[in-house]
Amino acid sequence: MAKIVLLERKCTGCGQCRSACPFGAIDWKDGKPELNAACKVCGLCVKNCPEKALMRLETRADSVDKSQWKGILVFAEVTAGRLHPVALELIGKALELAKVCGDPVLAVLVGSGVGAWADELRHYGVSRVFVYDDPALGWFRADAFAACVEDCIRAARPGVVLVGATSLGRSLAPRLSTRFHTGLTADCTKLEMRENSDLVQIRPAFGGNIMAQIITTYTRPQFATVRYKVMNPPLRREEASGEVTVRPVPKGVAESPVTCVSVVPVPPARTISDAEILVVGGRGLRKESDLDLIRELAEALGGDWATTRPLVEKGWATNDRQIGLSGRTVRPRLIITCGVSGAIQFTSCMNASEHIVSINTDPDAPIHRVAHIAITGDLYEILPALIRRLRGEEHA
Amino acid sequence: MNIFVCIKQVPSTNQVQVDEKTGVLKRSGVASKMNPYDLYALETALRLKAEQGGTVTVGTMGPPQAQAIIREAYMMGADDGYVFSDRRLGGADVLATSYTLSQAIQSTGDYDLILCGKQTTDGDTAQVGPAIAEHLGIPHAAWVSRLTVTGDGVDACQQLQDVIETVHMPFPCLVTVEQDIFMPRLPSLKTARETAEKPVHILSLDDFPDQDENHYGLSGSPTQVERIFPPENDTVHESWSGPDSAEKLHRRLKAWKFV
Repeated sequence: MAKIVLLERKCTGCGQCRSACPFGAIDWKDGKPELNAACKVCGLCVKNCPEKALMRLETRADSVDKSQWKGILVFAEVTAGRLHPVALELIGKALELAKVCGDPVLAVLVGSGVGAWADELRHYGVSRVFVYDDPALGWFRADAFAACVEDCIRAARPGVVLVGATSLGRSLAPRLSTRFHTGLTADCTKLEMRENSDLVQIRPAFGGNIMAQIITTYTRPQFATVRYKVMNPPLRREEASGEVTVRPVPKGVAESPVTCVSVVPVPPARTISDAEILVVGGRGLRKESDLDLIRELAEALGGDWATTRPLVEKGWATNDRQIGLSGRTVRPRLIITCGVSGAIQFTSCMNASEHIVSINTDPDAPIHRVAHIAITGDLYEILPALIRRLRGEEHA
Repeated sequence: MNIFVCIKQVPSTNQVQVDEKTGVLKRSGVASKMNPYDLYALETALRLKAEQGGTVTVGTMGPPQAQAIIREAYMMGADDGYVFSDRRLGGADVLATSYTLSQAIQSTGDYDLILCGKQTTDGDTAQVGPAIAEHLGIPHAAWVSRLTVTGDGVDACQQLQDVIETVHMPFPCLVTVEQDIFMPRLPSLKTARETAEKPVHILSLDDFPDQDENHYGLSGSPTQVERIFPPENDTVHESWSGPDSAEKLHRRLKAWKFV
């Protein structure tokens, strides 16, 4: 359902809407248009209004026929000619979800020269790969990319759309979910499928130590974003399967008013997400220079260092060092947190690490509950002693 | 150039109560502040205004108490401010929130540029900005770390995976900014005195072009919170304390072959 509404503030009473209406649906009242019951919501008045005073409003359908929406579509991000590894992780998750409802797993590639990746995706159990390959898609514009994925969704009618929670994905996904008047859940840490095709989406919520279980019952598709390193990638199969469908680029791409000024490739930087060993400093550090302790321990272990949000807010470290919902997700083999209390925004982005050691003076700190080894103690005593031992200055 | 900045009042701590039944955040009784990321958007707006002229309008959806952050924005130099406050707007998810803000923005004026912080510290979704742009049918750029006015629009620089991309968007458009864009100014005492009497406009759903309450709040939200629960911890763990912790940890790191 949709309807036309008038923004009175903008209307000049010029009458062009009335002349444009083929149904005689516009009456005149106090020098302003008023729509009557003859309105078919064709939108010609909206198009002809020079003041943009008329708007077409989409109203939400009560409930969709879920059986018409089948399949799990994964947006496979390619930037600078590289498939983002989160795409494979999402395919891995989609294959698990698909077992419950028996739906196919689909993937969509958008970009310039991305067709080459379609064949690679066929080794990961995808039933169909949709490809939108055009030089005009060689750089990211949310509106143009959204036009392509919208076209794909209209063609494939998936019940679920999974997007990597990368900078690009988090810019693209809200435009799409809004376009389809449906729900989008950010940064899901767990996804489960119900037999009725409802996707159970679990994410840390409300900035507290709380998880929320979210569903999108009445609308389709169900959009969710998932961060890199949260799900497991599937194994690559020797033989390829599935089909590749190359679709013409929809006209929304040429209609985009956004133009490219420059695209500068940056060498893929090593980030804290790539580290095998991480030492993390939190609010238990008394001053900025005490981060040296964290750095020294990291160095002695041959690892990297990271921080929590409060330290970034104080300006002690840059955002790319931050673990958490507003920073990065990490999954190293070893993580040692020092003076970190362990709010859910932090722990949900590191709790998949293989070995977790927490050092905090507070025995009740939430971080101790996710740690494999929870040390109640003072980092200012433990760290220097540990560093000395690691450097061989003191023998055990 | 007329700029609208979307701001939000967030709890100043992360100890927040949630209504177990509806899954909706209980906001009463918790100390609040302006979402820290919004300060960067406001600073960007004030700098562009200083350079280009025009006005800076701020707006927030929230309870009447959210006036406090509009006052704070006045103290930093915003020209005009709105609180969109209505019980029928409560319990909104991304779709309903962004729809409310898009309706609210249209009911207050015509803007060349809409600015948002990159995300909020309570929801952490970073989705509302781009969703507002979609509702308004205007282009957007997210995670922008450099923004300059050129010709009929802006050049926005955004870092993506392995590339730094600068795009040109004609007005009107929406931009969400990163925190490295500018250092936010502190509210000034002088401005605080000057703006003490400045009114904060309060609008309700009745002021919006679309007054169908089914499009707002809980009823306009396609997502439902089914359940709220504490994070499960199934890890087997050991608790240590005492002066020999460093020595024990050193031995364990050896056993795990990290040393």
